[in-house]
Amino acid sequence: MSVTVFNWTVALPEIVLALSGIVILVAGVLQRKGEGFFLAAILSLAAFLVSGFLVVLSPSGAGYAGTFVNDGFARFMKVLILAGGFVAVALSVSYRTPDRRPLPFETPVLMLFSTLGAMLMASSANLMTLFVGLELSSLSIYILCALERDNVLSSEAGMKYFILGSLASGLLLYGISLVYGYAGTMEYTGLVDAVRAAVMPPMGLVVGIVFIVVGLCFKLSAVPFHMWTPDVYQGAPTPVTAYMAGAPKFAAFALFLRVMAGPFGSVAPRWQILVEAVSVLSMVYGAFAAIPQTNIKRLMAYSSIGHMGYAMMGLAAASTAGTQATLVYLAAYFVMNAGVFAGITAMRRNGREVNSIADLAGLGRSDPAMALALAVFMFSMVGAPPLAGFFGKFMVFAAAWQSGLYVLVCVGALSSIVGAYYYLRVVKVMYFDAPAHVLDRPAPSLLFVSGGMGVATVVFAVVLGPIMSVAHQAALALAG
Amino acid sequence: MQTELTLFSVAVLTPLAGAVVAGLGGRFMGDTLAKVVAIACMAVAALCSMGALCNAWLEGFPHAAVPLAQWVHAGGFDATWTLRFDTLSVTMTAMVLTVSLLVHCYSIGYMSHESMPTYRFFSYLSLFTFAMLMLVSSNDLIQLFFGWEGVGLASYLLIGYWYDRPAATAAAIKAFVVNRVADLFFIVGIGLIYVLFHSVQYDTIFSAVPEVLNAPYSLCGVSFRMLEVICFLLFVGAMGKSAQLFLHTWLPDAMEGPTPVSALIHAATMVTAGVFLMARMSPLLEFAPGTRTFVILIGATTCFFAATVGMVQPDIKRTIAYSTCSQLGYMFAAVGVGAYQAAVFHLTTHAFFKALLFLAAGSVIHAMHDEQNMFRMGGLWKKLPVTYVVMWLGSLALAGVYPFAGYWSKDAILNALWASDASYSHYAWAMGSITAFLTAFYSWRLLFLVFHGKPHDDHARDHAHESPAVMIVPLLVLSVGAVVAGVVLAPFYIGAHQSAFWNGAIVNAPANHIMEVFEHVPALIALLPSLAGLAGIALAFVLYVSAPQMPAALARSFGPIYRFLLNKWYFDELYDRIFVRPYAALARVLWKGADEGVVEGLPLDIVRATQDGALQAVRLQSGSIAIYAFTMLAGLVVLLTVALCG
Repeated sequence: MSVTVFNWTVALPEIVLALSGIVILVAGVLQRKGEGFFLAAILSLAAFLVSGFLVVLSPSGAGYAGTFVNDGFARFMKVLILAGGFVAVALSVSYRTPDRRPLPFETPVLMLFSTLGAMLMASSANLMTLFVGLELSSLSIYILCALERDNVLSSEAGMKYFILGSLASGLLLYGISLVYGYAGTMEYTGLVDAVRAAVMPPMGLVVGIVFIVVGLCFKLSAVPFHMWTPDVYQGAPTPVTAYMAGAPKFAAFALFLRVMAGPFGSVAPRWQILVEAVSVLSMVYGAFAAIPQTNIKRLMAYSSIGHMGYAMMGLAAASTAGTQATLVYLAAYFVMNAGVFAGITAMRRNGREVNSIADLAGLGRSDPAMALALAVFMFSMVGAPPLAGFFGKFMVFAAAWQSGLYVLVCVGALSSIVGAYYYLRVVKVMYFDAPAHVLDRPAPSLLFVSGGMGVATVVFAVVLGPIMSVAHQAALALAG
Repeated sequence: MQTELTLFSVAVLTPLAGAVVAGLGGRFMGDTLAKVVAIACMAVAALCSMGALCNAWLEGFPHAAVPLAQWVHAGGFDATWTLRFDTLSVTMTAMVLTVSLLVHCYSIGYMSHESMPTYRFFSYLSLFTFAMLMLVSSNDLIQLFFGWEGVGLASYLLIGYWYDRPAATAAAIKAFVVNRVADLFFIVGIGLIYVLFHSVQYDTIFSAVPEVLNAPYSLCGVSFRMLEVICFLLFVGAMGKSAQLFLHTWLPDAMEGPTPVSALIHAATMVTAGVFLMARMSPLLEFAPGTRTFVILIGATTCFFAATVGMVQPDIKRTIAYSTCSQLGYMFAAVGVGAYQAAVFHLTTHAFFKALLFLAAGSVIHAMHDEQNMFRMGGLWKKLPVTYVVMWLGSLALAGVYPFAGYWSKDAILNALWASDASYSHYAWAMGSITAFLTAFYSWRLLFLVFHGKPHDDHARDHAHESPAVMIVPLLVLSVGAVVAGVVLAPFYIGAHQSAFWNGAIVNAPANHIMEVFEHVPALIALLPSLAGLAGIALAFVLYVSAPQMPAALARSFGPIYRFLLNKWYFDELYDRIFVRPYAALARVLWKGADEGVVEGLPLDIVRATQDGALQAVRLQSGSIAIYAFTMLAGLVVLLTVALCG
């Protein structure tokens, strides 16, 4: 592949999405104040669908002078990212702020731009593209977090995420500059050769890699770079939390896999131990720290920390099977996580949002369908067969075992036992605790999302074959 | 030939039908009808068994096998449901069914005051009878074991029939557990037989005995004769069922069951299963002299031990229970010297007079409104004349007074013990003769205490009444048996016609002439048991009629001995110390230490650690952005260090 070829069609989905974003922004501005949300949301959803369609059809190849690449892996991740964005926008449709107004119409647009950044990350072929995509994605999220300006928690969330995110971006950028300094190039293809050429990778390069790892780990909210997660998850408006738990994670993983398996694949033993350590810490901390939580959004924050740990097991395996396992895990994580957030968004009483786990008491009787869906998601998160979560966990465990990471597998098994406690506690509260006051009936869009995700979680086993083969293709594409 | 086989099959299987119909259908068909069905089945079975016996007798006791069904067929192992038809099984079947029918009838009267429906009781009795019949009519050891366990189960159910009484429940469990201990040996014995003979079928085993006489069996480097080991194991099994010394502790406690149960199971039939097994295995046992010596020792010692304990018991049923234990000792002693015929003869006569004694005792208990302590009775003979008379007859038979049934069989055993040249046979003879004296003593002690002397409680005596006819008639029938069974059956069981009668059902080795020589003993020796019996009666008369204050004085002056006997040689206490308490202590250690401490405690500790860990983990989450940033940088430094140094 020649670096001089411009080949702009490989980025067609991104271009369409970016143009749509601008159009929607204009359309929203033209509406009366406070009434543009619905139109913007519908248009965004349509844009996501069109973009997703284009992603599936988009040709493989590199473009934009070697800064952009489209392959099976990128398509897989982009579909996941777009799905995450789609679900988040869908959840935001029925969302009402504490003063019972819809979110501002910029919300879907910001989610759209953040998704665009995430897609760029998945397609990056150059450390610079990586950074630009990452910043586009992150800056949008900073704003999204602080959308409810009147809400102290929301403002705090936005502020914290912004400061810590800046720190992480700084670290990442510093790492990139070190790598550039030692390798003389920022293109992945060039980096591959540079790293392979060195008998012993220079210390500066290693330091650069570590800095990049740390920057990405921050995005993944992996321990010990996770500290922002609970506060931000709790403070941000629920649809935004749902978004953060989805698309950006997939993008960060896409980057992680692309950078680590690609340019730095030949020095895997040097960074494998780091990923392993981070994975173990995330799994254990996610399992333990979730136990005393009473707020379900905070609980889901720790849950996502744990899940990122499990997904990183596949990365730590540093093999094609490991990459494939991580991709399958992320797909499973997407369906159950989106379903849970649909349930959380539906938690309203007399029009006001409630977030305490205790508020779910008696849901088994007052809303059996929603309770059943939530129970399915919780069991899936535990990893109970035959639900989606089981296959994800099984595959990463198998991949790690094959790579000889026995300690990692054992820790993973133990921490999922501990984790089962807090997931099943939610089920117990819904079905066995004395009923709290009845929650409002969920909006149709939420029923649609939770029902769809519930079905996906249950029938995951049926479509596992196709998903695995697509993931396998993606993993092969990544390995080159 | 076909007639008696059919009759025999009907006799064996009808009690099962009675048990099933009465037990499962009793709720729907009503108590009375269920009882009628059970008793009718039993009557049919008893008649058929009599018919089979008479026919067989007329035809000279042919051997036959009646195949019923396939049971186990696996590889080289084959077990079928087959009824064995020979002298031993036919006579045993007739005896069991006769006693069982009488006990069924008697139970109608005895159980009439129960507040609950009693069809369950009758169903259990029939079930027991069926199991006992399977045991005696078995053609291989597996079916025998089936019957063996069946009677154990029925015994458990019947001892614990009054399940609301803790003592009855405990006694039932004790009987079951003690029998399990013995059964373990038994089943290992059966396993070794299969190893040695590749079959569990009697005829195959017996015909192969000459080929394996010296087959060795090595255990921990010590070599034994395999036949000895097998016979020893089978004998230990028999010891449990027949309540021989060391495994006898369950029998007295089993008296917690209703009295008809004691009569049927714990006197006439089940406890004789061990003796039956020995007789059935005579072709094997004849070639295990070591085991037979052991049998003599255990039998003779049990005989003496139980009689001594029986002398001082205050409970009327326990006295008779120890008497049973003691009489079983006689039978085993006879087995030990090779006089199997004499053992089975005593088994048969004993079944009549011991069932009679138990049922008569039940009649007394019934009349006294469930009072079992003999010292609270007295002067009852005018009130219970029939019971009094049959009790006399039963006691005369038990004591072995001429010409009652016990005389013939006990005399034969003691003579055989004297005449035998087996080691320890004279020890057994001495023990047996002393026991004859003791037996007479405790029998008449019972009679005098219950029926003579001053009534302890006038009120109770005045309210005592003779039992109804349904209880009296079985007593009369049994007393006829107790009187004439000996003199009628002796020529066939042990006398001139014995070889034609047994027709090979019991085997004496060519070198074993005991059944011919036992009659040629000095006249004094032959007379001694009778004299001893009369002396025992006289002593009882002196102590309990002439000088009623004497027993108490004796008990005071021989305090330690009295207490030793009263406490049954302290066997229960000994077992409690040796087995029960260490076992309970071990169980408590495992319960408190292993189960509650480790199995339950460990998860709780883990839970506590998890909770603490969770709280610690959350405390890191302080909300301070400086700490968050610091943690990130610290993490970066650690990762850097690992990457550079790793």
